[in-house]
Amino acid sequence: MKLTDYEQAMYDGVHGRAKARAMDLLVRYGEALSAERLVATNNVAGAFNASTPSVRELVKKGFDAVYSELNLDSKEVVEVPRMAANTCQLITGIDNANWRVQGIPDDLAEQQKRGEEFFGSRGINMFATCTPYQVGNVPVKGEHCAWMESSAVVYCNSVLGARTNTEGKESTGAAALTGRIPYWGYHIAENRRGTHRVEIDIDVDDIMDWGLLGYYLGEIIDDEIPVLTGRYRQPNLIKLKHFGAAAASSGGVEMYHIPDITPEARSIEEAFGGNRVRDTVRYGEAERRAAYDNLNCATDRNVDFVMLGCPHNSIDQVWLIASLLDGRKISANTQLWVHTPRALRDVADRNGYTRMIMDAGGFVMSDTCPAISRHMPKGTRVVATDSAKQAHYLPAITGVSAWFGSVKDCVEAAISGRWEGGLQ
Amino acid sequence: MSDTLAPTNDAARIVLRGRKVVGGCAEGEAIVTRDTISGWGGINERDGTVIERRHELRGQSFKDKVLVFPGAKGSSGWSAYFHMARLNGASPRAMIFNKMTTKVALGAVVTHAPAMTELERDPLQIIETGDWVKVDADNGIVEITKRRR
Repeated sequence: MKLTDYEQAMYDGVHGRAKARAMDLLVRYGEALSAERLVATNNVAGAFNASTPSVRELVKKGFDAVYSELNLDSKEVVEVPRMAANTCQLITGIDNANWRVQGIPDDLAEQQKRGEEFFGSRGINMFATCTPYQVGNVPVKGEHCAWMESSAVVYCNSVLGARTNTEGKESTGAAALTGRIPYWGYHIAENRRGTHRVEIDIDVDDIMDWGLLGYYLGEIIDDEIPVLTGRYRQPNLIKLKHFGAAAASSGGVEMYHIPDITPEARSIEEAFGGNRVRDTVRYGEAERRAAYDNLNCATDRNVDFVMLGCPHNSIDQVWLIASLLDGRKISANTQLWVHTPRALRDVADRNGYTRMIMDAGGFVMSDTCPAISRHMPKGTRVVATDSAKQAHYLPAITGVSAWFGSVKDCVEAAISGRWEGGLQ
Repeated sequence: MSDTLAPTNDAARIVLRGRKVVGGCAEGEAIVTRDTISGWGGINERDGTVIERRHELRGQSFKDKVLVFPGAKGSSGWSAYFHMARLNGASPRAMIFNKMTTKVALGAVVTHAPAMTELERDPLQIIETGDWVKVDADNGIVEITKRRR
């Protein structure tokens, strides 16, 4: 891989051991990819927290050791300097305010707070959400980024037109210290063109519809680039947030085009950019039903736990949930957690939405989600969620069974303790 | 080849060339899947077991095996989970895959095990679970000894 003089100097240790180890990782990674060079980035979103039980031992050696091993893949423990690129923290395993509700031991919560202090002082912005684009990190079209979080990556590429691959904990750690990432994949314009045409034969409109469409397409298309055509209504941030997260769970979709809506596709022709259409995928009632059936693995209609906010809820979703709960009480047999970024939680507090949800018996959580934390209310066997991503991962990670449906179905399940949702 | 004529120690051997992803040389028993693999939410990093609900390898572990698979999918935690599997002593001995992505490239790099891709023939067609596979990534060679069936 070709390095510039400055990159070579970092590699050689002229700018300190941390950057040298970061360059070592980037070179090994770039060569694995067959990348020809690196590209400059000033927008990194990664995972720097130390909130899982498995890193307890490592934390005893200090946070320099944590960063060296987990964020740089370096045996040598290096002193972590300030980040060279603008960098933010994605979702973590612990809600700094509600860890006891999660069932997290105090020492782990304390460990995360000490980690945040350390990484925060190096310039890592503690957004602590899977949706940085909701709380101030909104890259512009063409901006080279190094982001983790598959649901954020697909949003960044497709909706914003910025350029990132799905990076990992180690590559974002190295990018943050060097301002470099391999120039490969979605950083290159010709790799961003559509490959598959999707013909939508049914109205795709609400959040649940977009989630089902994404879940179906991910499984069929894997990590290729779908171009949507046909009967969809104008989506918004919330719908595309759910669509992308679902497609990046059942498959590996990192980029899609919606002609006339997403920025690199003013038309179907521009979306394909001269690419041959490799395949055409039809999406109708039967396909929608198949996605729904695949997501709903539960049989027991008694719901122990309702999880809303994956990817983290927008403030409008929190308001919708608060409105649906207003003046009502959730079942004594069911718990309800509503997840939103901490910055939006502040808005929810000011508006009284948090109070409305808590008065009904629910909790408003930030910084985490059950799939990441692996913590749910004690004894949970059956969960209901409006998130295809959460319904996909929670059964695998925690062994629960899941119901997937609309926000309204989920709120009703929280109130009655029974799942009565279904496909309309 | 008829079993009665073949010498007992002369199992069918196949050599394939490919591209090094991570250097080194290691051998072991193959575990093969046609399903792409998720890291975070797809494997248990403590014992190397695949946990995805509708996955062909669900409940089976790749620990100390040569993992042969189409590629990576799902969460960006792919590398972090294979990284932790290595720290826990539960990583595969080597990896062979078809489709290059950033997830699988970074995951292979931090697993520190020899890894190869772009084999001259589709490894999923040729290698079966239980075959003995040597991955000599430094020389770009995969050597397959078919298990007697």
